[in-house]
Amino acid sequence: MAVAAENQSQPPQNDLPYVLILKPPTAFSIFGDHFFHSPKFQFLKPFESPLPLPQFLLTHAQSVQAILTSASGSVTADTIRLLPRLGLVVTTSQGINHIDLSECRRRGIAVAGAGTIFSTDCADSAVGLLLDVLRKVSAANRYVKQGLWSTQGNYPLGYKVLGGKQVGIVGLGSIGTEVAKRLEAFPCSISYNSRSKKPSVPYTFYPNVVELAVNCDALIICCALTDETHHLIGKEVLSALGKDGVIINIARGPIIDEKELVQCLIKREIRGAGLDVFEHEPDVPVELLALDNVVMSPHNAVCTTESLEELRKTVVGNFEAFFSNEPLLTPVPLDDRPHSSVAR
Amino acid sequence: MESIGVLMACPMNSYLEQQLENRFKLFRFWTVPDKSSFLASHKDSIQAVVGNAFAGADAMLIEALPKLEIVASFSVGLDKIDLAKCKEKGIRVTNTPDVLTEDVADLAIGLMLAVLRKLCESDRFVRSGKWKSGQYVLTTKFTGKRVGIIGLGRIGMAIAKRAEAFSCPISYYSRTEKPEIKYKYYPSVVELAANCDILVVACALTTETHHVINREVIDALGPKGVLINIGRGPHVDEPELVSALVEHRLGGAGLDVFEHEPEVPEELFGLDNVVLLPHVGSGTVETRQAMADLVIGNLEAHFLKKPLLTPVV
Repeated sequence: MAVAAENQSQPPQNDLPYVLILKPPTAFSIFGDHFFHSPKFQFLKPFESPLPLPQFLLTHAQSVQAILTSASGSVTADTIRLLPRLGLVVTTSQGINHIDLSECRRRGIAVAGAGTIFSTDCADSAVGLLLDVLRKVSAANRYVKQGLWSTQGNYPLGYKVLGGKQVGIVGLGSIGTEVAKRLEAFPCSISYNSRSKKPSVPYTFYPNVVELAVNCDALIICCALTDETHHLIGKEVLSALGKDGVIINIARGPIIDEKELVQCLIKREIRGAGLDVFEHEPDVPVELLALDNVVMSPHNAVCTTESLEELRKTVVGNFEAFFSNEPLLTPVPLDDRPHSSVAR
Repeated sequence: MESIGVLMACPMNSYLEQQLENRFKLFRFWTVPDKSSFLASHKDSIQAVVGNAFAGADAMLIEALPKLEIVASFSVGLDKIDLAKCKEKGIRVTNTPDVLTEDVADLAIGLMLAVLRKLCESDRFVRSGKWKSGQYVLTTKFTGKRVGIIGLGRIGMAIAKRAEAFSCPISYYSRTEKPEIKYKYYPSVVELAANCDILVVACALTTETHHVINREVIDALGPKGVLINIGRGPHVDEPELVSALVEHRLGGAGLDVFEHEPEVPEELFGLDNVVLLPHVGSGTVETRQAMADLVIGNLEAHFLKKPLLTPVV
């Protein structure tokens, strides 16, 4: 990405409305910064400017009508207050925990996210991680690729994945539902915890996560990160899950008390974990790097070529709709609590 | 039954070994320094052979054991047993179907996800610290990809059922079309390969299916195609597969079996679109125990003159 600081002092190239990019999304690193290009708007890039962000925002306050952000780019009340003409925040994520929704509601600013375009990829990641942990796919692949099969003999046995087992899903929104649909074919029994029971689903509901954990062999975290779900998975839930239990997290790192999880894994108080997200990405607890019963991925459960193309259409489509006074493609309702249980 | 001699072809499971030792007179073939003189001196004592995917009972072994009555395999595959010879001599053969179907099917899906979603590569990426320098791992969607299955037996059907839950369209090749099955049938493996994104080998190894995955099939599968082998190593022309992967003529592979286990072509070690497993298809604690119990159950049934549990011949 070429830094072009001198461009910041030039007058607007044309009459196109401005979208401020708070933090370059992952898609830019992969595809280049023309990925969300449109002939109907142009981007302001504070990260290419020598000015600190607040000053940059003050300088361009009157030009910014919309923001593009990603899961790691918080849209705080302070930022919003510096932009009097802001009318729309679009995030490249399905989760919206990083946006101050009450400030948006107060100011009448619309918010749009990825909708449900990532749900199937997230569900595929969750199932893939579960299979990997129980059948030791990554660990055994390492073993073979180090040439150890011919020198050290057979690899230790794994564990039967799901036949006859119970899987508990925390958060039965779009992603949780896709996970359940997949796991039912293995076959296994699905149970769940959600803010409220869903009468139309055939799965067993548990009113709290501890009871869910007591009654299942694997826990899959698919809920949104909110004040209520912060550190939802702690010592009590992990003990309830037990030494044959496995936990998979493809939602948000802070839903799990990471220090507790690390201790449980080291002491073999649970069987294993599959983690796409962490409390302080991209930092990962160094203790996990030495463990064979953990499978990790760099928050890339949605990073498929296909999903990123869907994302491109959704992001561009939302901005184009906004600037043409048309309905947004994937609006996030701001009237009540955050959109039910979507995690990304 | 302690006087009944059982020859175990190779080490396969310590629980099974213990059970055989407790009930029969167990001979561990792999500990014998001179196999032919052992056979010569023990030929009248051995009435049963226990084999697996690596070693079974070929014509030479069968001829050397005139008192052999039953071959019980700790596997569902029978490619290491000379079935024609057994039939000719009235020797019974048993295997371990059904108990391992789910594990093998689970692993097939696990391999598909691992290859397409680069799970092993992602794990390696995080462990190496590269995530901190702002790099990424881009992958390919699995949901909705076309899955082609060679062999629609118990394992093939279990794979199909699982892949359907990911909205994958299923097609298959089998010796004969199955009209009651709703999946699309292709009359040749090449046509199947040309019309799917992920090709899975799930058939038995026979003389007809030896090297069923050859250069022509690999070319038809193509640079975006992925091969999954949970069958037997000799199903695949391994040197052809290796060069196709190294030259990027094939998109990726997930392999649990190889032509000369435990030797694995080293050219595959550095490829991040290839996942290699040490023949663990049925390798779970629960399933290996169930398989061992079936082997013991079949042997006991035979020597007690009761019906065999899972006879093949």
